[in-house]
Amino acid sequence: MEKVLTRNIEPGKAPTDMAAYEANGGYQGLRKAMLGMSPLECREVVSASNLRGRGGAGFPTGMKWSFVPMDDKCTPGHKYLVCNADEMEPGAFKDRLLMEYDPHQLIEGMILSAYCIGADLSYIFIRGEYVVAIERLRQALVECYAKGYLGDNILGSGFKLDMYVHPSAGRYICGEETALINALEGKRANPRAKPPFPQVSGLWGRPTIVNNVETLCNIPHIIDRGAEWFKSLGVGEDAGTKIFGVSGRVKNPGCWELPMGTPIREILENHAGGMQDGLQLKGFLPGGGSTDFLTQEHLDLAMDYNVISKAGSRMGTGTMIILDDQTCPVGMVLNLIRFFAHESCGFCTPCRDGLPWTRQVLEEIEQGRGKTEDLDTLEYQINYIGAIGNTHCALAPGAMEPLQSALKYFREDFERHISGSCCPYHSGKGA
Amino acid sequence: MSNAKMIQSDISSVLTSQEMAEIDHELEHIPYKSGAAIDALKIVQAGRGWVSDESLQAIAKYLDMSAEELEGVATFYNLIYRRPVGEKVILFCDSVSCWISGCDGIKQTISDTLGIDYGETTEDNRYTLLPVPCLGACDRAPVMMVGDDLITHLDDNKISEIFASSKSGGQS
Amino acid sequence: MPMIYVDGQEIVVKQGENILEACLNAGLDLPYFCWHPAMGSIGSCRQCALVQYQNEEDTRGRIVMGCMTQVSEGARFSLKAENATQFRKAVVESLMLNHPHDCPVCAEGGECHLQDMTVMVGHRDRRYTGKKNTYRNQYLGPLIEHEMNRCIACYRCERYYRDYAGGKDLGAQASHDHLYFGRHEEGVLESEFSGNLVEVCPTGVFTDKPFLKQYSRKWDLQSAPSICQGCAVGCNIAPGERYGKVKRVHNRYNDEVNGYFLCDRGRFGSGYLNSDLRLDYAGIKNPDGSFFAVHQQQALDTAVEWMAGKKVAAIGSPRASLEANYLLRELVGSKNFAPGFSDQEADLIGSIVNILQTTKSINPSIKQIETADAVLILGEDVTNTAPRVALALRQSVRNKAFELAEQMGLPPWQDAAIRNLAQDQRSPMTVVSAMDTRLDDVASTCVSLAPDDIAAFGHAVAAALAGETTDNTEADAAAQMLKAAKNPLIVSGSSMAHQGIINSAAAVADALNQATTMLSFCVPECNSLGLALMVADGSSSSLKALAKRAAKLDALIVLENDLYRRGDKELIDQLLASGTKVITLDMYENDTLDQSDLVMAAASYAESQGTLVSSEGRAQRFYPVHSPAAERLPSWQWLLRLAKITGHKKLAKLENFDQIVVACAKSSPLFAGLVDVAPLNNFRDRGSKIPRQTHRYSGRTAMNSDVSVHEPQQPKDHESPLSYSMEGLNRDQPASLIPFVWAPGWNSNQSLQKFQSEVDGPLKGGSSGVRLISSSQTGAEISPQVGKIILKPHQWHLVPMEQIHGSDELSSHTDEIAELAGRGFVAIGRKVAEKLAVTEGDGLLVKQGEIECSLEVRILSRVAKNCIGYSAGYSETQGLTAGSLVGLEVDKAWRRSGPEMIASDKAAFEQVIGGGGASNV
Ligand SMILES: Cc1cc2nc3c(=O)[nH]c(=O)nc-3n(C[C@H](O)[C@H](O)[C@H](O)COP(=O)(O)O)c2cc1C
Ligand code: SF4
Ligand code: FES
Repeated sequence: MEKVLTRNIEPGKAPTDMAAYEANGGYQGLRKAMLGMSPLECREVVSASNLRGRGGAGFPTGMKWSFVPMDDKCTPGHKYLVCNADEMEPGAFKDRLLMEYDPHQLIEGMILSAYCIGADLSYIFIRGEYVVAIERLRQALVECYAKGYLGDNILGSGFKLDMYVHPSAGRYICGEETALINALEGKRANPRAKPPFPQVSGLWGRPTIVNNVETLCNIPHIIDRGAEWFKSLGVGEDAGTKIFGVSGRVKNPGCWELPMGTPIREILENHAGGMQDGLQLKGFLPGGGSTDFLTQEHLDLAMDYNVISKAGSRMGTGTMIILDDQTCPVGMVLNLIRFFAHESCGFCTPCRDGLPWTRQVLEEIEQGRGKTEDLDTLEYQINYIGAIGNTHCALAPGAMEPLQSALKYFREDFERHISGSCCPYHSGKGA
Repeated sequence: MSNAKMIQSDISSVLTSQEMAEIDHELEHIPYKSGAAIDALKIVQAGRGWVSDESLQAIAKYLDMSAEELEGVATFYNLIYRRPVGEKVILFCDSVSCWISGCDGIKQTISDTLGIDYGETTEDNRYTLLPVPCLGACDRAPVMMVGDDLITHLDDNKISEIFASSKSGGQS
Repeated sequence: MPMIYVDGQEIVVKQGENILEACLNAGLDLPYFCWHPAMGSIGSCRQCALVQYQNEEDTRGRIVMGCMTQVSEGARFSLKAENATQFRKAVVESLMLNHPHDCPVCAEGGECHLQDMTVMVGHRDRRYTGKKNTYRNQYLGPLIEHEMNRCIACYRCERYYRDYAGGKDLGAQASHDHLYFGRHEEGVLESEFSGNLVEVCPTGVFTDKPFLKQYSRKWDLQSAPSICQGCAVGCNIAPGERYGKVKRVHNRYNDEVNGYFLCDRGRFGSGYLNSDLRLDYAGIKNPDGSFFAVHQQQALDTAVEWMAGKKVAAIGSPRASLEANYLLRELVGSKNFAPGFSDQEADLIGSIVNILQTTKSINPSIKQIETADAVLILGEDVTNTAPRVALALRQSVRNKAFELAEQMGLPPWQDAAIRNLAQDQRSPMTVVSAMDTRLDDVASTCVSLAPDDIAAFGHAVAAALAGETTDNTEADAAAQMLKAAKNPLIVSGSSMAHQGIINSAAAVADALNQATTMLSFCVPECNSLGLALMVADGSSSSLKALAKRAAKLDALIVLENDLYRRGDKELIDQLLASGTKVITLDMYENDTLDQSDLVMAAASYAESQGTLVSSEGRAQRFYPVHSPAAERLPSWQWLLRLAKITGHKKLAKLENFDQIVVACAKSSPLFAGLVDVAPLNNFRDRGSKIPRQTHRYSGRTAMNSDVSVHEPQQPKDHESPLSYSMEGLNRDQPASLIPFVWAPGWNSNQSLQKFQSEVDGPLKGGSSGVRLISSSQTGAEISPQVGKIILKPHQWHLVPMEQIHGSDELSSHTDEIAELAGRGFVAIGRKVAEKLAVTEGDGLLVKQGEIECSLEVRILSRVAKNCIGYSAGYSETQGLTAGSLVGLEVDKAWRRSGPEMIASDKAAFEQVIGGGGASNV
């Protein structure tokens, strides 16, 4: 298949600089837009492409942009485009690749996106630990300013855009788009209530779009080659390609650009090389640490938003985490809940206090001190913390997804911990 | 004594002109001074390793904020250190993929090798060990960062190698 | 008005409100924590959950937060749905994970919102078996106790302290379940409104520290509706008493005045009531200068002996009730009565009354002040002279944000969203003052001018408004700002002791000539305006005039007034020391009392009743919280008895308080409204009096057994509809008669909503108080401007700086307030400090003629040229006269009070850092 997002990427090799990027068709999309397309025309191409956000929720990108007030409907002042490069979801490792090896692709995508919504200032909000990506993006920005792709009058179009790399001070919640906005404002990164949505009142109270790295990386190609081409890339219901990843105890963990709708089995067996010797697949989180477990029976599903949704999980970031038969599911869920409890911003009660409570119950079970009632307590907590709307943002419901599905598929394991008063796995890494 | 009483001369006795220049640079595209709070904390930390009370008060004053406001920000984030750290911070990933790949054992090896647990600094002040949320290198698990360097595919041998060689002068 | 369904019941709701408000308005009990009627919603606690259904068919619905969900026509909700009740219970259960089981020793116990909500949701059994988090508490100064372990992280403290009250030194730190609310490091809270934390916090994290030292449960406190005596704003308070001591002061809601909040002087400044220095008995002076305690009757007889058939004059007091002042004036006759203002003050407040009676603008209530969308402040540091008004002004600058929100269709209660939208955009406020004010941080423009120039500035604004060209661009800008506003407000007052400033404020207001213009004056004392109204007919005397006649007077009665605070020593000495028999009614020893021949122990405001007129012209009644201890009597009773014994023609006929009020009301058309201020003594609510004690008041039979094991009779209150007992009803009565709030299931102050007609609205019994001043609208009469003072070299213009803690006579006798007041000070600009080579905490001599005051240096960030400030009303500065010209000199003999006062000394700075805060959790 045709590589789109990763066509310039070959891990181990040097990252793509301006010359290499342009040599391979880079900034074509930008030229095309600047020289002959209105922002609205560009946006319509993106809408028509059926591109859905790659940050986790899969929201249609064109539609999201359409809520930004344009020209006469917008009070005077800045508009902002923000790239969400916070990537801290456990098990997610795709944005790192895109930024480290092809920074210009992201930047071109951002310039085009900013053009679509009329933004004049843009930020790449990137987690601070991505030192290499930060450095490479900064270098690329210098190249862009030198070339006139950024600044006052981009390619003579009259369009003006500045771009900054903003390394985060580190919190998973900063990935939530409204928390991210607070972080950019130099505040505590508590998520904001919606409505109002950032599209109308975001950074500094001004219209703001937050998009994921991978989402933005698609834009130059869509503008350059059109909506129909993009749609044709997918092999299932959804359009385009996607970076899918696999981690856990498989033979060949990694990530690969594949068509949307690629069957899970293909990803797992062909690309990740199947399970390591002596291990069986027990279950997997298809889209990162805040998605529900799926199992063997789901291996033939296509990685499409709705398909995975119907199966009871979420596409999320498209980076799967594999649970093998010798790793304790309780331990794995406990690890995740520990993470989420620690990364809770502390704003709302069910998450701030509910997650530590869940963690404590799981710890008791994992350490062999669990009681049968504890399973009821866990169900109770899932009801309490897990529903969208019960909490202020989606962190806590996301945290509950692995737990609720683990109880569904691996209930026996929980019960064995309780009846045997110990962790039956003793795999040397649980407990 | 309240931070509000700290005057200009105190700021410049704490912050270097280089630090102030870097903060000013950030302020160029930020509409409110307090908006540069995180940048300023990072700038100061970059040179000093951590943010002391004195630095925090000086930064707050420089940005027309109260120490409380800035403290609220500083203590929210994982990568702002309000206590002294060693020359290098070990950010050890203990999230799910690394856990599946056996990071708990590796953490134990590090602790045994360096004699420190999470939140602690080695006696020679070279390393501070901290847990970090998923480092986004799950395909190369287990991983950690030592200073600015990402180290992947950790195992016990690698750990002793890293920290042995570091004792004889830096590691890559 | 939309109609919604809650559990099938049709409820008519207010357009735009949220469903939590709608439920509370409908009398339904929906638990909540983070929402506050004055601060709106943020949706953090998740306690107010209920189920919303899409339509009639939808049976599952989904959980929404009541405080974050706007009502809309036909919307369907359920409070009782299983998933909603389960969820609310789970919220409390998780809030309880780390909450200590210390209710029995917690000051909040018995009036704890968390306790109430826990019972309300039915949470009982603990399932969590883990360890609880514990925190380190901080020292936050003498007023507020900090106990972080009790925190439920509702963010109310931060939102109140920072967002609402503008405090900067308290906030959320850390995150997840390690959230910490406190200061960066231990230390005294800087806000003048910190005390409200006690009532804002739904549990016992922030509690009333002085109260802890003499603690009683809420249910054991006896309370009465009262009025704060701390300044002229007239905030409604509910002091609580037990064992004869006023233990604490809580806010008493009045939607038009203080709403939910008091300042710290008001809340904590009543500590003096319990001081050992209070007078218990009347006394007659011995030849050696000491006093000989006598019974009430003996004191009265002596006084009558000195008065009968003699030349008697009297001096009233702006800190005494209207009734007491009225009796005193009638007793000696108008000509022989001086109101007890300093002569300068008399002129200033007289002219303010005059202006208020003639201006074309509105004299606003605090609630109206909050609606201002442009504010011009002339010469007042409002936070220190009328604190509660300053808190309202802080809200007024938010109107810009509300305007933006409205454009976006955001309801005003969407607090966080509106703050994010508006960021730092505020409605304009121009502060024109001689030096720093505590509102500078929210002002759009600060102008530093000497008092004379402030007046000139005001007149320039007026001129600009009248269309004249001025050469003062700042004044032009201020004029533009006011003109562009829908509800412009001008604030001024008497604290600069400058007639011209007051006049200029009136001139600006009238020049605006707009029906919505508001003009508000700050005046010093709780009854300054009442007294000024009483002598508005001009028939009364002045201190100076009385002093001139002093030698001819046989007796002089002084009512609750330390005259040495009113005029220079020479004048007062002349008044008191010329062989005249001086009879003083007061509650506390002071210089005037020392000069008296006979002293009558006056009851405090907490032991008596009376009417005060606030700066808004609002007459309000306060009632005794407990019956007077020992042999104290309310001043009005002393005076009525005197009148009866001396057989005063008019007064001798009066039998009770109500009749005094009626007589006073008849004495002047200005006082006609007095009869409506509060119900008469014979008012009964469903047949009974209103109890001052809660229905759970305990130990009544035994609490005085150290004195007598026989249960004493409860004192009888013959003068008001309130009783000193627990029998009766405390529900739906007139607003002026609510001694405390309590409702079934609602033991905390949140029960207030059961007394409100609607959320944040007036009480069911109305808004208490009657406004006495109405304006003829003819335009303020303004006296000509005074000439400009010319300074000689090395002379400074002395500007008074009122201090919320320290400048007020009575509250300063409270230990905690005295601690906060610190030493008397002289305030100078940074440049002057550099020139004199002094830093904060050094000493300077201020020389005013013969008088020399040695004062501590404070350094200000803005000061008008040639001006220096001094702490007004401090003992150290007694003798200094506002507006005088003084010299300044370094005090070589000065000793600094401690290293914490050194601001620029880094070594000392390092000594005090560290300690407290989340980083130490
Ligand atoms: C707790 C939490 C963490 C998130 N972290 C990220 C992240 O690291 N990167 C990201 O792109 N989106 C993250 N998201 C999703 C963002 O809120 C947002 O939906 C996304 O950036 C939108 O981009 P898209 O429309 O391009 O997908 C997170 C959401 C939540 C609730
Ligand atoms: S769900 Fe968790 S992370 Fe999200 S707002 Fe609530 S406390 Fe913060
Ligand atoms: S009161 Fe509604 S969420 Fe707190």
